[in-house]
Amino acid sequence: MNYLLDLQSFLPGIIVAVAGLAAIMLEAFKKSANTSFSVTIGGIAVALLFAIQSLYGEAGTAFSGMIVYGGVGAFGSVVVLLGALFCVTISREYLRDLDLHNGEVYGMILFSTTGMLGLAVSNDLITLFISLETMSICLYVLAGLMKNEKIGAESALKYFLLGAFSTGFLLYGIALIYGATAATNLTEIAAAAQPTFLFLCGTGLLFVGLFFKVAAVPFHMWTPDVYQGTPTTITAFMATAAKSATFVAFVLVLTRMLPSSEIGDWQSVLQVVAILTMIVGNLIALAQDNVKRMLAYSSIAHAGYLMVGLAAGNEAGYAGVLYYLFAYTIMNAGAFGVIAYYERNHGLDFTEIDSYAGLGFKVPVMGVMLSVFLFSLAGIPPMVGFIGKYYVFAAAVQAGLIPLAIIGVLASAASVYYYLRVMVYLYFKEAHKEYSLKTPGFLFKWTLILLAVLTVYYGVEPVLPTSSLMELISSYYTV
Amino acid sequence: MESPTALVSLIIGLPLLGFLINGILGLSSTAYRSKKTLIGILANLAVFIPFLCALTLFLNFDSESAAAFAHLFTWMETGSFSVDIAYQVDQLSLIMTLVVTGVGSLIHLYSIGYMAHDEGFWKFFAYLNLFIFAMLNLVLADNLLLLFLGWEGVGLCSYLLIGFWYTDMSKSDAAKKAFLYNRVGDFAFLIAIFMIFETIGSLNFEVILTSLEAFSGNDIFWIGLLILIGATGKSAQIPLFVWLPDAMAGPTPVSALIHAATMVTSGIYLITRMSPMFVMSPEVMMIVAVIGALTAIVAATIAITQYDIKGVLAYSTVSQLGFMFLALGSGAFTAAIFHVVTHAFFKACLFLGSGSVIHTMEHVEHKLHDKGKDVHFDPQDIRNMGGLRKYMPSTYKTFLIATIAIAGIPPLAGFFSKDEIVMHAFNMGFGEYAGAMYFILWGVATITAFLTAFYMFRLTFTTFHGSFKLPKLINGTEGSEEYLHESPATMTTALWSLAGLSIVGGFIGLPNFVSKTFGGDGHINWLHEWLHTIAADIPLTLSGTAEWALMTFAIIVAAVSVYIAYKMYGNDQQEESDAWIASKFGPFYRVWKDKYSLDELYEGAIVHPTVNFSDKVLAVFDMKIVDGFVNAIAGTVRISGSLLRYIQTGVASNYALFLILGVILVLTILLF
Repeated sequence: MNYLLDLQSFLPGIIVAVAGLAAIMLEAFKKSANTSFSVTIGGIAVALLFAIQSLYGEAGTAFSGMIVYGGVGAFGSVVVLLGALFCVTISREYLRDLDLHNGEVYGMILFSTTGMLGLAVSNDLITLFISLETMSICLYVLAGLMKNEKIGAESALKYFLLGAFSTGFLLYGIALIYGATAATNLTEIAAAAQPTFLFLCGTGLLFVGLFFKVAAVPFHMWTPDVYQGTPTTITAFMATAAKSATFVAFVLVLTRMLPSSEIGDWQSVLQVVAILTMIVGNLIALAQDNVKRMLAYSSIAHAGYLMVGLAAGNEAGYAGVLYYLFAYTIMNAGAFGVIAYYERNHGLDFTEIDSYAGLGFKVPVMGVMLSVFLFSLAGIPPMVGFIGKYYVFAAAVQAGLIPLAIIGVLASAASVYYYLRVMVYLYFKEAHKEYSLKTPGFLFKWTLILLAVLTVYYGVEPVLPTSSLMELISSYYTV
Repeated sequence: MESPTALVSLIIGLPLLGFLINGILGLSSTAYRSKKTLIGILANLAVFIPFLCALTLFLNFDSESAAAFAHLFTWMETGSFSVDIAYQVDQLSLIMTLVVTGVGSLIHLYSIGYMAHDEGFWKFFAYLNLFIFAMLNLVLADNLLLLFLGWEGVGLCSYLLIGFWYTDMSKSDAAKKAFLYNRVGDFAFLIAIFMIFETIGSLNFEVILTSLEAFSGNDIFWIGLLILIGATGKSAQIPLFVWLPDAMAGPTPVSALIHAATMVTSGIYLITRMSPMFVMSPEVMMIVAVIGALTAIVAATIAITQYDIKGVLAYSTVSQLGFMFLALGSGAFTAAIFHVVTHAFFKACLFLGSGSVIHTMEHVEHKLHDKGKDVHFDPQDIRNMGGLRKYMPSTYKTFLIATIAIAGIPPLAGFFSKDEIVMHAFNMGFGEYAGAMYFILWGVATITAFLTAFYMFRLTFTTFHGSFKLPKLINGTEGSEEYLHESPATMTTALWSLAGLSIVGGFIGLPNFVSKTFGGDGHINWLHEWLHTIAADIPLTLSGTAEWALMTFAIIVAAVSVYIAYKMYGNDQQEESDAWIASKFGPFYRVWKDKYSLDELYEGAIVHPTVNFSDKVLAVFDMKIVDGFVNAIAGTVRISGSLLRYIQTGVASNYALFLILGVILVLTILLF
């Protein structure tokens, strides 16, 4: 009876895992990547339905306190699954053009998603570690998809080496925390925590592991190389779903393991890292001439804004982070999607900003959508990106971290430059030569249109942190 | 009453939907653009259904009903500040909504015929629907911020529609002028909003009006003054009225809807909404009244000298808006709204009538061109017209009815509203509240009323009576009267409906004292009852006899004026009579004809010095100092960005080194 309930509380993850096995088996026996694709879409969609259902259900813990369900975890699962769903739907055409379209890719995506779902609901450092590794190992494989290209092999190897290195820190941190508190369960740790040297070192190393995964400065070095060397739609998957899952895990660690600010000055750590991340991410993005690499640095900068919400350390901050993840998933998946579309027309070097000259008029709907996504990323109202930024910065102000909020707003203002620069090329520069673009396929095009509509819709009528999202957080606190 | 959310959503949502459908389909499909019937029907329904919804709300409402609120959603909130998309249905907003959607429907209907041959048909209706949407936001908003959004929205639509034929440079200039003059007012209004928020911490009308004691007397004065300046921009009052006559460059239905019936009255609406605040400051009330009276007479004297049929109507609009401001300043907020309503009826009718005339004059020009005659004349110049009543009977009759209404002849609509205003101005001369200044304002108002009847009948007689003068004035136009024709049914239907309203519209505000004299209970002024919970009117204290005397005097003034106009213009003597006035009034007439040289004054006193200053000082400052500073920052940023790039060596072991440095950083912060 209890087992059934436990299984039910992790149903989305189980569904996705089963779908992943099915996708690989189908590829092996039927040799039809399309079937795997359908299974993938179906699996994620069903999992998404269950995740949404549990969002409105009650919250609690399962598997003897190893995971949480409902509340924040459910919200994180929804965001992760949305990111996975959008990335898969825009992947098929793109991967076909790259000759990489096969069932294993979907299998890897699904296994990785399983890890993310675990990460988003982890209530125990062991769950956290295993989920993180499940996610990461699949991502290493995905990063190396373009194994025949030098850039692809390099990207996978670097990701793996540095990932392994950071995992070492993470695991060491967990060991130290266990040494200090004799517990791995987040709430038990909170109960036993004392600000001892051992415990603080453990927490710091745990943070390092998480910082690495969300690409916070100075743990971000792998990001541009890996993002650039990975097929673009998979990059979108890494930048949205993987980052969201890790941030949700971060929120869980902060709220459940470190609810009291007397144990360690983790808020200062988050502040410093947030400032570094926002400044460095934006500054280097300014200097990029490759759109894909620019988006990689911009995703670092966004991790910085998210960190502002964490540093605020209040309910508004956590709610802001969760909302921001949702917003970021929508707009970033969209932006990477359009870039993938342009790229697959003219080969991989078609991400240099020069090649974007006059592109906005070629297939107008794509140009307009890219503009919408970039406006949103730049945080210009009435797009969802503005609302997200607004909430995290407002939370920082509420927490009295006014300098942090000011730096954030300034960094965000500077970011407008490099986003708009793309639009300048799209619309105000003459194309170098005559060429035509392929027409986008039905599913691809409508996925992007849906994303663009959501980007505007949630900018005009946002979910307020004082309403449902906030209730989620509080419902979670009562567990 | 039950929650009005559903109906309000329809009222607000349908015009937006109409705008989106016609705008998006028109933009993306050239085939759709030619489906003019469909476009027209959609756009009309998008205004007419909201009218029916507003009517439903109205019928479920009575004068004692408490305001009902429709909170659609909160756009954002933080701390005590929230931006609510919320609407307030009460007696005042219902009246305004009915006028906007009612008159708006008729003008939409009329536009189908008027714009039938225009290429931008779809765009025109999309803009028109967008305007209705913005205007409804303005009048239904339950807070100042949403009102301000609507306020800016109608400004934008006004700009787009004045410059609708933007290929004509003078028209797009007129659009720019309107926009810029409005900005001046908007800026003041915005500061007023800030001041209110600073004191109250809320922009919700209900909250503001119930916590007025939080303001000091000084606050009230400045906020009132700033709101007034905002209103003088939107409602074309001294000193910001000069954009409105130029705004007539837009298509005529636009002049009727935006620049006569609805948008320009939003200043009056705003002050009425805030009336409990305004009555707390006699000084501001006095300023409002003086600005109103001055605008009324200045515009009326200019109107006498104009030859452009829409020009006369434009100055007449400015003058009538002046009357409304005089009413506001005299504490007669109900009378101001009353005049907004009646003015919407007769002025829309007049503008649409003038559109019908222009339509046929343009038709004459086209026909002559078709015949191969290369003639050019101004289709709006009344000197080219005359005798049109034979050819366009419906236009003539409706125009005449509206003229009688505006002239203040009982029992048509304009008489009651104008009379109530003049009476209140006189009344303000007595009592503790104000001073003898109001007697002067009453005198100015009476003279303006005289002038109003005079210039309106001059216009009507010159246009419709006598003989058709074009053939005598311009070579090659002989026999062109055969091309004159009445406008299509969509246009005349709208004209007749508005004419009908101009006749009966006054009965919503019958003077109470008439009832008292005949032994009634003194409560026949329906509008007064209807608005009594909202408008903070200063009551009349005059005796019945005095009121009768004032009313009789007003009627005599109007009648004499009409008689003189008839004698002077009734039978083709326009040229001689204008010359006679010019010689009698000499220098005054020149001032009027030059429109008080206000444009030149602004040009010389503000525009040129500003341009010069920008050119000589600011441009240099901007290029050398501001740009230099910005470029320096941008350069530094780019350089540091490029330098930081060097950290990104691409060597994995370097990356690992940074990871270690990061670990040290984190542990240092945590442990020390």
